[in-house]
Amino acid sequence: MNTRQAELRRAAIELCHPPAPPGTGVISSWDLSIGVDGPGTRFVVFTCGCPLRCLYCQNPETWRMRDGHQVTVQEVMTEIDRYRRFISVAGGGVTISGGEPLLQPGFTAELLHRCHDSGLHTALDTSGLLGDRADDTMLADTDLVLLDIKSSDPATYRKVTGGPLEPTLRFARRLATLGRPTWIRFVLVPGLTDAEENVDGLARFVAELGNVEHVDVLPFHRMAADKYRKLGLAFPLTDVAPPDQDLLDRVHAQFHAHGVAST
Amino acid sequence: MTTTTGHPTELGAWRGFSGTAWRSAVDVRAFIQANYTPYEGGAEFLAGPTERTAAVWAKVSAMFPEERRRGIYDVDTATPSSITSHRPGYIDADRELIFGLQTDAPLKRAIMPAGGLRMVESGLAAYGRTLDPLVRKIFTKYRKTHNDGVFDAYTSEIRRARRAGVITGLPDSYGRGRIIGDYRRVALYGVDRLIEAKRAELRSLEGAFATDAVIRDREELAEQLRALAELKQLAASYGYDISHPATTAREAIQWLYFAYLAAIKEQNGAAMSLGRTSTFVDVYLQRDLAEGLITEERAQELIDDFVIKLRIVRFLRTPEYDQLFSGDPTWVTESIGGMGSDGRTLVTRTSYRYLQTLRNLGPAPEPNLTVFWSPRLPQPFKRFCAALSIETSSIQYESDDLMRPRFGDDTAIACCVSAAPVGRQMQFFGARVNLAKTLLYAINGGRDEVTGEQIGPPYPALTGDHLDYEQVSAALGRMMDWLAATYVNALNVIHYMHDKYAYERIEMALHDYPVKRTLACGIAGLSVTADSLSAIKHARVNVIRDESGLAVDYTVDGDYPAYGNNDDRADAIAVDLVRAFMTKIRRHPAYRDAEHTQSVLTITSNVVYGKHTGNTPDGRRAGEPFAPGANPSNGRDRHGLVASALSVAKLPYDQALDGISLTNTATPDGLGRTPAERVDNLLGVLDGYFDAAGFHMNVNVLTRAVLLDAMEHPDRYPHLTIRVSGYAVNFVRLTPEQQRDVINRTFHGSL
Repeated sequence: MNTRQAELRRAAIELCHPPAPPGTGVISSWDLSIGVDGPGTRFVVFTCGCPLRCLYCQNPETWRMRDGHQVTVQEVMTEIDRYRRFISVAGGGVTISGGEPLLQPGFTAELLHRCHDSGLHTALDTSGLLGDRADDTMLADTDLVLLDIKSSDPATYRKVTGGPLEPTLRFARRLATLGRPTWIRFVLVPGLTDAEENVDGLARFVAELGNVEHVDVLPFHRMAADKYRKLGLAFPLTDVAPPDQDLLDRVHAQFHAHGVAST
Repeated sequence: MTTTTGHPTELGAWRGFSGTAWRSAVDVRAFIQANYTPYEGGAEFLAGPTERTAAVWAKVSAMFPEERRRGIYDVDTATPSSITSHRPGYIDADRELIFGLQTDAPLKRAIMPAGGLRMVESGLAAYGRTLDPLVRKIFTKYRKTHNDGVFDAYTSEIRRARRAGVITGLPDSYGRGRIIGDYRRVALYGVDRLIEAKRAELRSLEGAFATDAVIRDREELAEQLRALAELKQLAASYGYDISHPATTAREAIQWLYFAYLAAIKEQNGAAMSLGRTSTFVDVYLQRDLAEGLITEERAQELIDDFVIKLRIVRFLRTPEYDQLFSGDPTWVTESIGGMGSDGRTLVTRTSYRYLQTLRNLGPAPEPNLTVFWSPRLPQPFKRFCAALSIETSSIQYESDDLMRPRFGDDTAIACCVSAAPVGRQMQFFGARVNLAKTLLYAINGGRDEVTGEQIGPPYPALTGDHLDYEQVSAALGRMMDWLAATYVNALNVIHYMHDKYAYERIEMALHDYPVKRTLACGIAGLSVTADSLSAIKHARVNVIRDESGLAVDYTVDGDYPAYGNNDDRADAIAVDLVRAFMTKIRRHPAYRDAEHTQSVLTITSNVVYGKHTGNTPDGRRAGEPFAPGANPSNGRDRHGLVASALSVAKLPYDQALDGISLTNTATPDGLGRTPAERVDNLLGVLDGYFDAAGFHMNVNVLTRAVLLDAMEHPDRYPHLTIRVSGYAVNFVRLTPEQQRDVINRTFHGSL
């Protein structure tokens, strides 16, 4: 069994991880970010555990739930409260990211609910693989979904993530039906996700949804390589260079051709 | 409105102006309040550079590479500088609009031996020049300097503390600076009226008994009068009669600049701030525009030409001085914007015009453009500032809402973060003490951790294989008591001698009498000290001693909360340190009854201080730089720029009225995905930080790649400006060590 297969098996095990007790969750860290995890200044909770292993993942420390630490919803809310005033003045909100937040739907739902209920803008950053675990109540508490669609082609999707594409598309359609504001995130990796038909397929799909405000085209970078080294992991895309401007221009043009706003 | 009828200024210089209070007494603020036009619109009215502006700037810019290569472009080694020392100088006499240089040629530096001859001689020697023998003879045989006076009166204890670097950067061999004359007065009233007012002040002392204080005041006022007369001569040498008030905007800027020029010809101060001039100048520009005398293009051209002059202010300094202060700073600080006490914004079109120079002439560290930020500022102005910050990294921000209630709405920044009401208050600049070294002295019973020499009082050194928080706190308290006493002692000596041998005649002539004074103390190494105490309190810090029993290194077992993560367990320690030292400073009487203040700002001297400080209990290695100003230690602020900033915002401004500085560096991507988003997000962060009672923020928007390239190819980046701590520097003028420090500093949001 090669390294990739072994890693994908470890990813699958995350789905069987016993859930944390009610009112608690497992997180890797929290952070304040500006302009990258939703609009404005965001308090970002990085949950731990992910059933996918995207080749370009920037957060390998969030892959396994057992590497995180258990916190109560109340503890996270106390931390968020320290920033409530700042966020209300500066503009922004709370983003639940990961890992895969929907691996811990109870915890994620409660966090989103309490933030939303107290007037904070809420965002959920997810691959959509476990979209079925997000019930309508959770989505009603989510002001914005940051949906990562890694590819529109099932084979490419599986190559990049190790998982199936269909659940993500299903989730995207459901969000459209519910009319939830959504940003699509697409990581552009030369030689992996940059095929014209792949981008076209995604653009075509997004254009039909109607609830997508824009697509974030995120240029692949290698800045996480150091994290991998520290964790004793091999960074799979060491030799892949970030996309050049020509490629970025082409991809944006493809989205625009389908009437999809992209940044 | 009542006006004094028949006064010639009514039809000439003061035509169309409103208000009365400023007519009967010298009161520029009253004039501004009665006459300025708040501007709440956007930047669309602004004009680009004219051909004339571009030509003048190109001519002087062409000299910069040579200046950078040689260190200085040229220097007059024979003429001690004074208001009237040099013949007029020009960049391009046919094209300039605002005239006046410090010497008879651009970038030619002057010597100012009254502050200290040693500084002049070593400054010249560093660039292969020697002092004229006659000047040397005069300032050794016949005329004592400030530097000589200070060392006559220093105690052996002060000398030791200074040599060891626990008290450092003291203005004892160079000009103290930090005094802002109200240069606007010259434009509004003309020099004759100011002379008249000064004479009245001097007359008011006729009846006072001749105590030390009264004699000194009389002599100083007489010197001020002499300086005002010389100011008229300076202007006359350029063909201007500034006895009378300025009649047009061009004259107003010219009169104001002559006054500032007189100050920088007389003093080589560490910081020579301009004040708060943009809204004052706006009154004149708007009047000329309304009268059809000028166009917007001309208005901008006048400001651009004025700013070119401010960009080429030069002083002769030593390479060591430049290393301490990073680059060759002059802190020509101009305070822009803010809100008035009556609720109207003080932003005017000329606030925009000053900032527009960053586009018309390109980014530059000087003048040090300082925006007084309030969340209540007009939104278009906020957007303009944020956009310019992202483009140029050349603006610093200070909390208008913290300063206005304490100092009023006609306050300006001296140096980088030190507020003072213009023309009413001056400060005695006091550099700073090294708090991290003081902690090591506390542990080592007053012995220096690098040399082993006994510097502080010989209290018992701490024993045991690990540090106990209560014991360390008590020892630190005692050592800080000693430090505060030694420090205030030194500052009193310095300022006594500076007043005596290097008095700022023209700057003080443009102040009210009597003036309010502050004694501006300061601390460096706050984050290292706070983290060290947090480590001792929350983890286990083991001590490693050398054979003489000196604690020289530490190992930390376990985690500890670090300052800079919005975590009260660590932040409260930093707050306590600030409070504690301020309390100790206040116990010692200050020269001339100055009010004690302190700052938490260290410019990039944080590099030099770190170099002279041994291993610290937080795990920092000997010689590693401190974080600048009140910044958290590099890399220990793990939750991003906002969490880091909110830790700094907890430091109490009332215990640090000389200012608290925070330098933030972000990559463009770390502020948002599109240019418009970045502007909105930066604006939001500034609103949020100042709402949280943060005092000051530098904003650098950079990429690591750009900086690395600039290290390799400095000539490609002659104007690359980065904000460091309270001011901006040319990156290519930093030492390689400082450049690496800037690069290694947390790039928030680079992932």
